[in-house]
Amino acid sequence: MTLDVREAPGAHAPPRPRREITTAFLVSRIAVLAVAAALLVYAAPPLVAAGSWPALVILGGATAVIAYLYLTRRFIPAKYLIPGTLFLIAFQVFPVLYTVSTAFTNFGDGHRGDKTAAITAIETGSVRQAPGSPEYNLTSALKGDKLVFLLVDPETKQVQSGDPAGLAPVTGAQVGVTGKVLRAPGFTVLTAPQAAARAQQIAALAVPTRGGLIKANGLSRAVEGRAALVYDARCDCVQGEGDRWTADEGQGYFVNAKGAHLAQGWQVNVGFANFARVLTNPTISGYFIGVFGWNVVFALASVASTFALGMAVALALHHPRMRGTHAYRIALILPYAMPAFAMLLVWRDMFNRDFGLINQLFGLDVDWMGQPSTARLAVILVNLWLGFPYMFLVTTGALQAIPRELTEAAAIDGATPWHGFRRVTLPLLLVALTPLLISSFAFNFNNFNAIALTSEGGPFPAESPQVGATDLLITYTFRLAFGTYGAQFGFAASISVFIFAIVALISAVAFRRTRKQEEVYA
Amino acid sequence: MRLALRHVFVLVVCAFAVFPILFVFSAAINPLGTLASTDLLPTGASLGNFADLFTSDRYPFARWFLNSTFIALSSSFASLLLSMFAAYAFSRMRFRGRRVGLLALLLIQMFPQFLAIVTIFMIFTRVTELYPAFGFNTVWGLMLLYLGGALGVNTWLMKGFLDTVPKELDEAATVDGATHAQIFWRVIMPLVTPILAVTALLAFIGTMSEFIMANVFLRDPESKTLAVGMYGMIAGDQRNANFGMFAAATLLTAVPTVGVFLWLQKYIVSGLTAGAVKG
Repeated sequence: MTLDVREAPGAHAPPRPRREITTAFLVSRIAVLAVAAALLVYAAPPLVAAGSWPALVILGGATAVIAYLYLTRRFIPAKYLIPGTLFLIAFQVFPVLYTVSTAFTNFGDGHRGDKTAAITAIETGSVRQAPGSPEYNLTSALKGDKLVFLLVDPETKQVQSGDPAGLAPVTGAQVGVTGKVLRAPGFTVLTAPQAAARAQQIAALAVPTRGGLIKANGLSRAVEGRAALVYDARCDCVQGEGDRWTADEGQGYFVNAKGAHLAQGWQVNVGFANFARVLTNPTISGYFIGVFGWNVVFALASVASTFALGMAVALALHHPRMRGTHAYRIALILPYAMPAFAMLLVWRDMFNRDFGLINQLFGLDVDWMGQPSTARLAVILVNLWLGFPYMFLVTTGALQAIPRELTEAAAIDGATPWHGFRRVTLPLLLVALTPLLISSFAFNFNNFNAIALTSEGGPFPAESPQVGATDLLITYTFRLAFGTYGAQFGFAASISVFIFAIVALISAVAFRRTRKQEEVYA
Repeated sequence: MRLALRHVFVLVVCAFAVFPILFVFSAAINPLGTLASTDLLPTGASLGNFADLFTSDRYPFARWFLNSTFIALSSSFASLLLSMFAAYAFSRMRFRGRRVGLLALLLIQMFPQFLAIVTIFMIFTRVTELYPAFGFNTVWGLMLLYLGGALGVNTWLMKGFLDTVPKELDEAATVDGATHAQIFWRVIMPLVTPILAVTALLAFIGTMSEFIMANVFLRDPESKTLAVGMYGMIAGDQRNANFGMFAAATLLTAVPTVGVFLWLQKYIVSGLTAGAVKG
């Protein structure tokens, strides 16, 4: 064990004399204080204005900790770790933890908000104009930056303002001949184009009244109507239209006797249901195993092919009498310098059946992306093109670190070049490059771009348009979470947890076998 | 004879490496500018596609180019600094939680981060309300997001390299009365230039190509990066018609990468393997 001078100064060495205070010391401390203060001054006022006190407390606490940390002479490792860790926690750890917690809910389309929001949506969504109910001339206006309705009763010419809190009389308003409000004290009247730009907001605004709700009908008329569906807290159910939907807290839906549910639901905790669905639902688990199998093949094939080709070229160039290595090297590295996302799209077009370069060059008429086997071959080929220059670079470097005497000694002892490579060069290369190969595997296992920008997961079989032949777990999950069949965030999150577990497990086993983690324990 | 075989093999691989790029080049100078009319070898020479790119009203290419280069340069510089700090602490200091911290970094990296995109979307919806300068459609917000990944990617590589720099160097400096900050800036940093160059290049290439996050984050045409903007350029039914412009844009996008590559070239090979061959 090496003795570290910083390890425990008190135990091994006499206490260090206190250092004199230098200019650099002073300047750096003042800079730290200034940055902390600037952060506080910039970030605090919006939080105060929004009234988010917990966030304010966290901000204050964090600033105080940072200021203290850099003013004191203690906690030296923390001084170096904190800057990166703050970003890591805010933008990686927190989102990941939140995603994991989402995996236990039914969060997704139809289950976005809480129960109160669902009830409001159901009630306002079912408002119908009651026969003989009042109709108003509508003018949209802003009060502060909140949208309000200015409602003019066509008979009494009385002006009222309406917002989600209810109706209030307005005095001193000037009403034009069309029945629109021209100006009113305390309100900013919206012009017709301005109102049109906010059409969605206007359609969503509902003003509660004694007998029901006032909603906009177009941009210049508002009608009072009644909600056809009304929530009743006593039975915890929604009634109306001659039916009755009872709240089901297990599903997060209002369900009627026939088992049908209302469209709007709320987010509930579903425990391990999402995980169970992945494993037990026959269609989904069938997909899952198929996709997983192809995913492993894709990652392994990508690593193996890029490494094999990269190493082969590096070995071919690694010869004392080889000429022109510099020019070759530049040509070989070129793919690495091109922007990967753009080249993926170019490859997609080169595999195009009708005017793609590949078919043209070789005189073929293959629908590359239309059949599972050719599509899989194509994406692996594309990934080979993108990945082998990196492998070529690292193998070239690693080869230079292997002394030539070793292979020469093997040759003198009568080993064929193949044996020399197999028994001497390759093992030494693998010692150096295994960590890179493992991380390349982990990267390709989740290589979203390589699939999403080329085959988009296709071709899709006619009977199950959800899963394509080249889909990786990650592209499949992405489609579940954001796809055209409606968002299923909870379910997608549970698959992410599975992906995470799989990759972590494979990498852990691989690392253990190569014992590359030894220095962690040093 | 054997040498000739080597040359043949390398030439074949070079052809494989170069032909898509040749295709892009020929599409970029193709006067018709469509995918269907493009062959492997140029059929005509015109700079029309490049001119279209910079005069187009629909595609503010110059703006995207600036955005991308700015984000990639500054976020790779900042993330380099952050991960260098962390690698220094992990390599040179012994403290409680060191082992756990290193393993945690490795593990967090394996979670498919973009699946957390829903959460990130919600976080930044709030941020946009409170601090519009760091919200959606701003380069600063996207940069903060990229810095979140700074530690995980590079810390291990740099720590591996730092472990190979003899400890006696900084022990000698300590004896001479240097503080930990002086050791970091004056002793360590000059010694790790190769690995800095490599991680800078990797971070730069990674940021230039980053697509998913940026696609969710940047909706406003003026704020887009090259990856997002160019994807929109050949989306849907414009796929054939805009291919020449797209190819021209691809070539121009490679320019900053090649520039950074040439600038850092002399360190690249030694750095890539020095990080790996740490024994």
